[in-house]
Amino acid sequence: MGHGGGGRLSADLFRNVFLPAFGNSILGRADDQAFLEIGGARLAFTTDSFVVKPLFFRGGDIGSLAVHGTVNDLAVGGATPLFLSAAFILEEGFPLECLRRIVSSMREAAQRASVQIVTGDTKVVEKGSCDGMFINTAGIGIVDTHLHLSADQARPGDVVLLSGPIGDHGIAILAEREGLSFEADIVSDTAPLHSLVADLLATGATIRCMRDPTRGGVASSCNEIAQTSGVGIQLEEKAIPLREEVRGACELLGLDPLYIANEGKLLAICAPEDAERLLAAMQRHPQGAGASRIGSITSANSGLLTMRTALGATRIVDMLANDPLPRIC
Amino acid sequence: MKARKRISVSGIVQGVGFRPHVYRLAYRYGLSGHVRNTVAGVTIEVQGPDDTLGRFLRSLESEAPPLARIASLSVEEVACLPGTDFTIHRSEAGEHADTLIAPDIATCADCLRELLDPADRRYGYPFINCTNCGPRFTILKRIPYDRPNTSMAAFGMCAQCQAEYDDPFSRRFHAQPNACWNCGPQLAFLDAEGNAVGGDPLAQTIDFLKAGWIVAIKGLGGFHLCVDATQSAAVEELRRCKRRFEKPLAVMVPDVAQADSLCVVSEADRALLESPQRPIVLMRARSCSGLPESIAPRSPDLGIFLPYTPIQHLLFARGSFAALVMTSANLCEEPICIENDEAIDRLRGIADYFLSHDREILLRCDDSVVRNFQGRTTMLRRSRGFVPVPVTIERGLPGVLAVGGELKSAVCMTKGEHAFVGQHIGDLESLAAYQFFQESIAHLENILEWKPSLIAHDLHPGYLSTQWATQQQDVRTIPVQHHHAHIASCMAENQLAGRVIGVALDGTGYGTDGQVWGGEILIADFRGFERAAHLNYVPMPGGAQAIREPWRMAVAYLDHAGGNCLEEGLPFLGSIPAGHLEMVRRMAVQRIRSPLTSSCGRLFDAVAALIGLRTEVSFEAQAAIELEACCQDRMEDGEYCFFVQEGECRAIGTASLFEQILADLKHGVSQATISRRFHRGLLSTLADVIHRISLSTGIQDVCLSGGCFLNTHLTVGLDRLLRTEGLKVYTQSQVPCGDGGLSLGQAAIAGHLGDVSWR
Ligand SMILES: [Fe+3]
Ligand SMILES: [Mg+2]
Ligand SMILES: [Zn+2]
Ligand SMILES: [Zn+2]
Repeated sequence: MGHGGGGRLSADLFRNVFLPAFGNSILGRADDQAFLEIGGARLAFTTDSFVVKPLFFRGGDIGSLAVHGTVNDLAVGGATPLFLSAAFILEEGFPLECLRRIVSSMREAAQRASVQIVTGDTKVVEKGSCDGMFINTAGIGIVDTHLHLSADQARPGDVVLLSGPIGDHGIAILAEREGLSFEADIVSDTAPLHSLVADLLATGATIRCMRDPTRGGVASSCNEIAQTSGVGIQLEEKAIPLREEVRGACELLGLDPLYIANEGKLLAICAPEDAERLLAAMQRHPQGAGASRIGSITSANSGLLTMRTALGATRIVDMLANDPLPRIC
Repeated sequence: MKARKRISVSGIVQGVGFRPHVYRLAYRYGLSGHVRNTVAGVTIEVQGPDDTLGRFLRSLESEAPPLARIASLSVEEVACLPGTDFTIHRSEAGEHADTLIAPDIATCADCLRELLDPADRRYGYPFINCTNCGPRFTILKRIPYDRPNTSMAAFGMCAQCQAEYDDPFSRRFHAQPNACWNCGPQLAFLDAEGNAVGGDPLAQTIDFLKAGWIVAIKGLGGFHLCVDATQSAAVEELRRCKRRFEKPLAVMVPDVAQADSLCVVSEADRALLESPQRPIVLMRARSCSGLPESIAPRSPDLGIFLPYTPIQHLLFARGSFAALVMTSANLCEEPICIENDEAIDRLRGIADYFLSHDREILLRCDDSVVRNFQGRTTMLRRSRGFVPVPVTIERGLPGVLAVGGELKSAVCMTKGEHAFVGQHIGDLESLAAYQFFQESIAHLENILEWKPSLIAHDLHPGYLSTQWATQQQDVRTIPVQHHHAHIASCMAENQLAGRVIGVALDGTGYGTDGQVWGGEILIADFRGFERAAHLNYVPMPGGAQAIREPWRMAVAYLDHAGGNCLEEGLPFLGSIPAGHLEMVRRMAVQRIRSPLTSSCGRLFDAVAALIGLRTEVSFEAQAAIELEACCQDRMEDGEYCFFVQEGECRAIGTASLFEQILADLKHGVSQATISRRFHRGLLSTLADVIHRISLSTGIQDVCLSGGCFLNTHLTVGLDRLLRTEGLKVYTQSQVPCGDGGLSLGQAAIAGHLGDVSWR
């Protein structure tokens, strides 16, 4: 099960199974999207499957998530998302009423993200062989030929920016699934990032790489960047935006917010001289109001993500493996 | 009759004055020949009358220098040669591969006398040493142990020092760190920014300590943070700055008499306090000690040690302190600082001043911590004074690097029949500790000139040590289950080879079923194990959060016992917000974020929380330590019953235990009595299960290991019960029974599994 968790096991699967089988230079980049040069145009292409449980949660549902997820994978590559496909796998007897709700939520999400859903597919499988419904979306966007955003671009001195408080989506889902109610409502942050990204690109700042820290959270995204770029990343715990209610929920559940999924947050690595400007642009956008400079890239500790804790000690934040088994005695 | 004998000596015989010792004996007895270092140790050839040779041989062992450790000595007859003089041959490169390096040793009585003698040329010199004392391991870059290979290379000896160094009759013959006021390292007193402050550095240090400031003092294996232990404001300030809120602080006192006024010092404690290793010795604190409560809040024990460097001796001699807090200079639980710049940087906001010097520490090494209880010495932390002395293990196994666990980590490297357990590293999650972990491995490889082709690591995939091990290229890696490693560690140090009944009680270890083990009885040898019994599984609500908050374990155990802690309105839950309580109970019931555990440490936590000792901990095993400490009702002979479910793997049930504790709580039974009944019940249940396993398997040897055996009631009690049943009980004293001893067990297991010659 851990192989889909977005942590080290998924990375292992990619490296040991898929890459050797399908290996080509485009796949080898191992980013969230592929860039394709076709007839002078540069296209971004991505796909994602959505198996979220429950299907409906505070702040969204599987339909809006399926649109946002793919839109965001295109957007963080610097692309303007254009067209989506949608494929549905339905469990026999899945209520039509639910399907309608989900589809209309997808329509609204697509409108908001200025993309069209232009092709699709539906399969119905026997009862028990799928949990309600799964959705796969793929997306195509267009990207500036001069733009070169990639996880291997981070260099020492660069600054790490984050667009807002972390952990909302993961906690909202967990609460809904397990029927837990916290003192304050925690709502998923699921949202399209295309317009925030467009504002950032418009500043002309030198952006090295962007990520939407979904499964595996900020910790996994940063670890990937550190490893791919061969640099260290040092975060400041005090600078990481986190809602009080999410912090409380994480403490109760024994979760580290750095590993919790987000569905509408943007992580950007940029050149130090442009950091202030980019942060200001983020904060001007409604989706980046809570943005903050959370860390920097170092030449030391190559391949490692570290964090200076509120107490002042520096700890290693590794790729998530087999949580929630405690490491401490 | 004249004869010539060749004597081969192995063990710690280099850098400890062994060759001059041989030279002086040959001189005394008028023998000819030579002495030289070899791959295996030292080889001596002596020639003279038969009876004199016999006396020489007896003196060779009986008068050996204090730091020498003779592992083996063999004598053979060789043909006589012409010549009448006796010579010392210098070491040659490549001759040192198997000789052992001495650990750092406390200032000896001779040096101390000179240090305090106004007529001596080294009067008050803070770096006085000789072949019998001083730094070794922590100033060593590479072997052989010669001055150019140490951080003393930066200091050229003056003519007087050189003459001592060259004189076989001097106590400083070939003393590599030999130095004096004229040629050696010097002290410096610095402010928090690292700027030199004028005046005599020692006098300044004493003045500022007396005025209640925090001074970082450079020691043998790192800096200490030091305050006057009698000033409670200074102690509290130190705690606040260091972010160490409750964990006891170690205290250095000038002598045993002063130790005795603070603690109950037994004969064995005195021997440990005054040993050349000078560890921190945990002893029962006297209630009238006069030290502030904040030194060791709510702890029945106090960690005391005596001065072991000339600097420390001078501080006490000139400052007349009754006691000084001397704690590792670090933030939270990070590794100890060793470099001057590093210390100033990392201790910003903690240390007000620095007493530093210009002799580099090349390797971090914390103070060791030991405890003696009823004649049994337990190693809590094995570091300065003990590292790199090897543990002797079975011969003929392939070399292994074992990387240990995650907490209180230490690595181990085996070479031949020697297992070198490295110094205490700390908790690997901290970046500094992880770097130190890598340094520790590289240094062992360096000083042993050895790179094993096998790496042993824990089964837990998330341990940083596991991740490091599996990233290494061109080596075979062997995963070892945590509790199997604990038992193998005990077997290795006791040189057991056959199957044993292994009782592994600790906090956390990754099980072969993916759950959190920790209350395990195994049938084990070096090649494998079977799980013969374990504490029943209960959920651990919130994973690691349940370790920091023992009340969660109380909730989980009560729920497991069929009780609803919410309805009982138990007093211990008074401080927990109702919402949290309900949530944690649901997490346990619905198994949300709740791995299952059979941990004995968590059982102690649950009982401690339930009877109101504490709901949260600020350091490892804090609740369990307090539960042990309140187990004082000697008159109480009742005990709680556990229900043991028979089967291939027995489950030791805790449901009835919690019903009985609840009933006692309702009747107002005291914490002390409940703790006593719990300890006694657990002991007799374990003894009974072990006895039955012994009957069905015929195994008579029982190994006790795991961090819970730091609980002396548990160790002593189980030992006594099992001996009454006629079983042989083995415990650990050379390496810690906690996770600091894990790497030794991993190495022993991997050595056997990786031994291709074995079928
Ligand atoms: Fe352990
Ligand atoms: Mg994706
Ligand atoms: Zn000496
Ligand atoms: Zn000198």
